[in-house]
Formats: sequence, C-alpha cells, structure tokens
Amino acid sequence: MREVRALIVDDSSVMRKIVERALRQAGLDPLVVHEACSGTEGLEVLKAAQVDLILSDINMPSMDGLEFLRQIRAQNLAPGVPVVMITTESSEEHVKQAILAGARGYIRKPFTAEQVKERVLPLLTAA
Amino acid sequence: MLLNGVRTAENTLMSGDGTEKLESGMAQSLRESVHVVSDPRNLDASVEEVFELMLGVRCERSKDASVMAANAEPESVTAVVGFGGLLSGACVFRCGASAAMRVAARMTGMEFHQIDETVKDGIGEICNMLAGAWKGKVPDLAAHCGLSVPAVITGRDYNLHVQAPEFQLEHAYNFEDAHFAVTIVCDSLQ
Repeated sequence: MREVRALIVDDSSVMRKIVERALRQAGLDPLVVHEACSGTEGLEVLKAAQVDLILSDINMPSMDGLEFLRQIRAQNLAPGVPVVMITTESSEEHVKQAILAGARGYIRKPFTAEQVKERVLPLLTAA
Repeated sequence: MLLNGVRTAENTLMSGDGTEKLESGMAQSLRESVHVVSDPRNLDASVEEVFELMLGVRCERSKDASVMAANAEPESVTAVVGFGGLLSGACVFRCGASAAMRVAARMTGMEFHQIDETVKDGIGEICNMLAGAWKGKVPDLAAHCGLSVPAVITGRDYNLHVQAPEFQLEHAYNFEDAHFAVTIVCDSLQ
C-alpha cells in the first residue's frame, strides 16, 4: 500500500494515539501522522502539509470539529480529502450536521479498530 | 455554543422561536420519562461498552458502592463531564491513583508510575465516552443534551458534594483489582 498521510484532530492526546493505533491496525502502513489538538491547529497543519485523510473529534475547545470542517471547505484546504468525524456525539442530528458540513464518515466513540477499518479504507480506495 | 460551560446540542439552538418550541416539547417528553432516563441499567451498559471496546476488559459491578471507600487510596483522580440542554448535570468518574494508571496503561499500551498529564487526559476521555454512551441510550438525550469538555481533578482528601439533585446514580465497578465509581448527577430535567 502507498504511504498514507493522516491528520488526527482531537483535544485528547490519548485519543489521538488510539486513533493512530487503530489506523495502523487497519493496515495503513506506511503511515505518516500529523496531530492537532483543535480545529484552529488543524487548519494550520493543512496550510503547511498535504494529507490524504482527516479524522476529527467534534467537541473541542477553541474551534470545534464542525466549524473546522466548514473552514476547510471555506478556505479550500485539502480539496477532495475525506474527513471522518470520531466523536461521542451520536444522534442522527449530529451525523446530519457533520455530513452537511462535508464529512464523509462518522465513527462513534467508543470504537473498535475494525470499525475504523470499515469506515476509513473504502474512502482511501475511492480517492 | 456554550451554555453554562456546556456545549448544547446544536439543533436546540438553531433559531429563537424554533428552539423554544422544541425545548418546550421535549421537556414534557423527558419529564414524563424520568424513569427511562434514570434507569440504572443504562449506566452499567455504558461502562461495559466503554471498557470492553477501549480497554479490552470486562468490568464487574460491585454490589456495594461503599467498596470504593474500602479501597480508598490517599491520592485520587476525578473526571467530570457536564451535561447541558434538556438535562443539566454531570457524569463523574472517580478512582484511586493506581486504578487511574491502570486505565491509562490499558488505553495507551504505556506504563505509568505517577499521575501525569497523559493519565489525566486518559481519565478525562474515559469520562467523556461514558457520558456520551450514557446519554446515547435515550434518543431524546442523545439529540438534545450536550457535553462539556472533561475537567480532571487530582489530589488527596477531597469530597464532591451535590445539593439536592433531581436524581443521582452511583455505581462502583472493578476490573483486575482496580476499583472505580461512576456517578450520574441530574440537577434538572426539562
């Protein structure tokens, strides 16, 4: 498999490590990971680096995940790059808002590595 | 948007008139179903789900919540995630230092010898997932109750007091000799 460059945005450093581990368990190897602890920091990363995949929490201080998504689109950053939301918020309304903002996938915390694989790999294959 | 420090569900705040009608309608529904919201089985199922999926361990519920006091350590870690919107209150995760390090080790695959920033971050995230899983058991709460970001308190000899909640659930659990307690405090239900 070709190298995959992923941006993981979550205010929890532990959760960023868990998501990275799940991506590796999903078979993404070699994998280059960029990390950000808020939407604001995520935008800065996207201005400086090219990525193939973005995974973002929703509930974060500074700039939440939905606003981060809107800003990615508004600033035309990472065009065509799939964004998957990974969050504790799981209602239909939250999923709808994420999809409307441009998310291509939605994973609810807690999650298994298998769920990450099922939702992420098809997006990379399609891209 | 923040309400008393708690992020409320977006759809309850989209517009003035719509919001008032929605919250008023939902309030009736939740008030009438307080027995569903306070069902203790939802808390047990949430703990089981979070610990099995994120730590790969099965938790046993201790029959007596006072088991926490019996296993009390001088240093403890408490994480709090607030609820806002239709239900106002908090999810509280509490454990001793050794249990906190055990939980963080299970989450990260690392070893810990003190309560550092990573341990606190991990305990906060566990509390966040417990709060999310618990409210997700009741569809109206999932949609119309928001979560705050976690706050984590560490120290010795402190108590947490809540004045006259609408209802409170406190369950103690253990895995591999690590003991912890999860409390759901509901201050008000609309």
